[in-house]
Order: sequence, then C-alpha cells, then structure tokens
Amino acid sequence: MPSRSLLEKIWDQHVIARLSEDTDLLHIDRHLLHDLGGSRGLLDLKSRGLKVHNPELTFATPDHALSTAPGRAGTSKIGQELLAALRVETAASGITLFDVDQPGQGIVHVIGPELGLSLPGATIVCGDSHTCTHGGLGALAFGIGSSELTHVLATQALIQRRPKTMRARFEGKLPLGVTAKDMILALIGQIGAAGGTGYAVEYAGSAIRALPIEGRLTICNLSIELGAKMGMVAPDEKTFEFLRGRPYAPQGEMWDRAVKAWRDLPSDPDAVFDREVVIDVEKIIPQVTWGISPEHVVGVDGIIPDPKAIDDPARRAAVETALEYMGLQGGAPIAGTPVDWVFIGSCTNSRLSDLRAAAEVARGRKVAAGVRAWVVPGSENVKREAVAEGLDKIFIEAGFEWREPGCSMCLAANGEVVAPGQRSVSTSNRNFVGRQGPRARTHLASPASAAASAIAGAIADVRMMGR
Amino acid sequence: MPKPFDKLTATAAPIMRSNIDTDVIIRIERLVGNSIRGTLGKWAFGSLRYLPDGSENPDFILNREPYREAEILVTGPNFGCGSSREGAVWSLQERGIRAIIGSGFGDIFFANCFQNGILPVIVDKAVVDQLAADIEATQGAGKVSIDLEAQTIVSPSGARHSFEIDPRRREGLLKGLDEVALTLQRDDEIHAFQASDRAARPWIHSTRTSA
Repeated sequence: MPSRSLLEKIWDQHVIARLSEDTDLLHIDRHLLHDLGGSRGLLDLKSRGLKVHNPELTFATPDHALSTAPGRAGTSKIGQELLAALRVETAASGITLFDVDQPGQGIVHVIGPELGLSLPGATIVCGDSHTCTHGGLGALAFGIGSSELTHVLATQALIQRRPKTMRARFEGKLPLGVTAKDMILALIGQIGAAGGTGYAVEYAGSAIRALPIEGRLTICNLSIELGAKMGMVAPDEKTFEFLRGRPYAPQGEMWDRAVKAWRDLPSDPDAVFDREVVIDVEKIIPQVTWGISPEHVVGVDGIIPDPKAIDDPARRAAVETALEYMGLQGGAPIAGTPVDWVFIGSCTNSRLSDLRAAAEVARGRKVAAGVRAWVVPGSENVKREAVAEGLDKIFIEAGFEWREPGCSMCLAANGEVVAPGQRSVSTSNRNFVGRQGPRARTHLASPASAAASAIAGAIADVRMMGR
Repeated sequence: MPKPFDKLTATAAPIMRSNIDTDVIIRIERLVGNSIRGTLGKWAFGSLRYLPDGSENPDFILNREPYREAEILVTGPNFGCGSSREGAVWSLQERGIRAIIGSGFGDIFFANCFQNGILPVIVDKAVVDQLAADIEATQGAGKVSIDLEAQTIVSPSGARHSFEIDPRRREGLLKGLDEVALTLQRDDEIHAFQASDRAARPWIHSTRTSA
C-alpha cells in the first residue's frame, strides 16, 4: 500500500461510495448539535417527512444563545425558545441532550473531547466552523452549513471533496510565556487567513508532540482562521491517556482494540503533503492581533503596521480600513493600548488549563480600574473542576466576574456584547468587524496575556509580570 | 431544493476588500431563531450598508444605482471566510444575489453556495481585477454574463473568460439537484457500510453502552 497521511487514512476508512474522482460519500461517526442550528435542522428534517438516521451517533447541548450570567438570568426570549425547541426535538428523535446545569453541558467543542465523544480516527461534524477543534485528538472534524446538517441528520453521511493536504511542523522548545494560542496565531500571521483554504492541515513537529491535549485542541480550533476547515494532530500516548476513562470513550477490551487501531493512524514517515510549512517556535513571542482579521497579528512587543510604509495599494488600503475600525495609530507600539474589556472563554481557550494559566497571572492582583473582565468556563464540568481547585475565588478576588458555561461574548449571539467603540482583549478566535458586538474592537490573545492585560488595564506582555 | 442555475446576464457590483467574513455578510443576532428565512435580505452586509444611526451609507456600493439591482458580486480574496453560518448565503440570496465571482472563497461558505443554487466562480485575481475595472468603467451600466454550461464569463468590455468548476457541482446547479434525496437512494450502501464498520470499529457505533 502506498504511504498515506493521517487525513488519507481516516478518509479512506469512511468512504461509503466514490462519487467522482475526488468526491466521496463519507460516513459521519459523530454529529454534534447546538441550540442555534440544532432544532432548526431537526424541524427541517421533519418538514421533509424524514427521520434522524442514527440518533445514537448524534448529541446535543445548548451553548450559543444561552445567557452566561449566574442563574442564566437574562437569556433572551428567543434564546429560551431555541432551548425549548432543542429539548422537544431531541427528545422526539431519541438524541441525547446535555442540558443546562447538567454535567456534559457546555460549548460543543469543549464537551466533545471532555466526554470522550470525540475519538481518534472518527469523522465529526457540527454546524459550527470551529468543529476543527476536535482534530486535536486525531479526528477528522469539520464545520458544516445548515443544508449539510440536514443531510447528515437524514443520512449519517456527507458528500465531500477530498481536500489538499498541508503539514505545519512546529519545531523547537516553546519559550516561557508562549502558549499554543501564540503558536497558531504566529502561523496565521506567517501564511495568512487564506493560507490554508482548500487544505486539511496536520500539525506536527516536536513542539506539537510536547503540547498537552488541551493545547492541541486550541491549535486545531484556529485552523478555520487559517482558512482550513479541517486541522488535526496525530494521536499518541498523550491522546490515549487523555481519553482513558472518559464517559463515552470505549472501555475494557473495546478500549484495547480501539487503541490498537488508533496506533496505526499517524501519517506514514514518507507520506507526501501538497504543502509543507515549518515554524521555529523558539522565535515566537506572545501574540496579539491589531486589526480585523486573525492574520493582522504581531508579537506583543511589536509595532502596529504603518500604512504609509506599505507600497502595495490594496494592502495599504486594507491596513487603513483595519486601523480606522480599531481606532489605532499605525507605527505605535501595540503594548500599552488601553482596554475596556477582557474576555476569557470560548471554544478556543476555556478549558481547565486555560483557566489555570489565567488564574496564575491574576492571583493576588487586581483588575485595573475601569476594566470589566469576564471568565466564562467552557463547560459545566470545567466550571466544577475549576471551583474544586479554587480558581473561581482567585478570579473573583482579583475583580473578574465568574460566569456560567457557554459561548458568550465570543460571538455575542446571546446578547452579551462589548459596547460600540470599546476595546476588548479576548481569548476567542475572531477579531472580525462587529464580532463581539456592533463596532466592538477585539484583540485576540492567550489566556495568560488576556489576564495580564486585565491587570494592567492595557495590552500587556505577560512575560513582564514576573511569574 | 435549490433552484437550477444555467445562464445569467445582470448588473454586477465589485466589493473588492479582502477577507470579507460571514460575520460582515450577516450579523449573528439576525440568525438567532427558527423562522429567519425571508427576513435576512435587508440585513446583508449590515455593518457596511447602514450607518450607526440606521440610515443607509451612501458610500456603500449596493446602496448606489445601478448596483442596487446587482445579481452578481465581484469580490476580493477570501470572501466568505469565517463562520459556517449558511445565513450568510441566505441573506445574499434574499438580497437578490445569484452568482459571486472571486479569486477564492471560504471553504464552508463556498460549499453552502451550491446548496442554495448560488454559483460561486473562482478565477485568477487578474481576471477579477479586470472585471471590476470593466464594470466601473461603465459605472455599473455594463452587464456581466455567466454561462455555467459553457463555463464562461463575459465582461462589459466583451472580454470572455473561461472558468473551471467541479463537474458534479456544475451538474447539481444546472439541474437543481437535491443532495439529500440523492444520497437516500444509496441508503442500502450506507447500511452495508455501517454493518461492516461496526465489526471493525465497534466503539464508534455502540455509544449507549459505555456511558
């Protein structure tokens, strides 16, 4: 057999039918539903007179439209209607729902790995572009639109073109204060927000092997900001240890069989990729975005680009547009820019290790006057574990607000917004125009950098905080 | 089921900024709800189309004649990047857009277009730039023609450009095929796959036993 990559091995195993030279009908192993699109898809299916093909492979949880205020106070009327519809329609179809306040509820890309629903070698889809997150466990996971969502509900299969393959190798030892978030932002800065379009990206190299699983999930989460709808990391012993004993992971003899199969998944040594990129992680410093695309990123000790110094007219105009929206001066240092909001949360950075990293910076310090800072754990389980080790107290004593799990201010679907013109440092994934609310200004950064910025009241270099 | 697409001659509006994401095409709060279809056209490109006071931004191209009637967009690189929200395509469709010509699109947005009978055409950036210049030279009066069967675009200047498209997707658009119905014709194959896969990877299929 010719040598194959991780992507090719998983892909080949899921082909139900070859539809053309480069398009296959693929089996879908896990379908995750959330409150924004889940009930709509189930109702769409019903209106066509169809049934869910495999409800036992479909799982649902509310995350997008739910209030994250204590006690869920303030969930909008429409958010409540969506939750009610999700309850009714999943029950009618026999789909497991991880409901509010139950262990298992949370951001759909946090709970999949946490519950062991997401497994190496599995195909996983969800009506959300950050489904690529689950690739951190060695799964083939990607976001789909509403029509494809209905298709999966009806058939447990999806028509997909085989993507090109890219390998991004992160080599070297990660410097102190630099995190998985900084690694992936640096790559986006290097190859651009369309650098991965049309590709499935495999992240490899010594720095990826050294990362804990939660860091790998963060790396894969931002694949879509690279333009790639699929990102993945080969499973290894760390992956198996992470999954062992999780509620939906295989157990006993089945576990041994699964691990044996998973060991065959990594790319063959001589597998060929359509594109290779190498990143020297020892040169990466904590990253922060300055503009309106994740590719608008610099090191926190860097300078905001000066349009006057850019020759290419299209690129100059793009930088001018971004700076005008962001209310920033080209040529000035990014550090020291005053901030109004800090948001620690989202499917990118709301897992226990993220909260620990932020708490380590916040411990014994105070959020600067005039800054509102939120911590929104990624799931009910993350919340309970964080409380058990006292992280909530550290945050509250430092002046952060400790909230209920959900997507919250990452995309503001639940009405939790940064006010117009205000500036936020956010651990989320998109600094798009209006993403955190109309005319809100977003700077993406790691949890440690975000916590440091909350304390400083301005964009701050966590390496200068003396911990 | 998508409406078939074969030929179109229409006003085309160049929107050449790079990386126009799906949040910019349609804001999330317009998409919260189960009865949103039919309400989205007026919110397409909301942050570009309207000023903070809610009035129309006269500088935005789709607010100007004759571009107001545009059925074709000519777009900058990486149009439709970001979120998987199919509402981005629905909002453009409800605004009257039937085809989008650009040098590259977000992968999920691109797939969503075909699901709704919208034709996304990928051509070289030089061709996109030339088309935009030709349109602007006529102040938008010159129409752009797209022939999906022949895989050609004709610019207002008369210049003809050919484009490549996946033959399966082309056929799907030409006939307005319903993918769900087509795949369900293969339900026996799906069941046969699941039976053999259950033997090979039982941990994927027996999700109710371990929890």
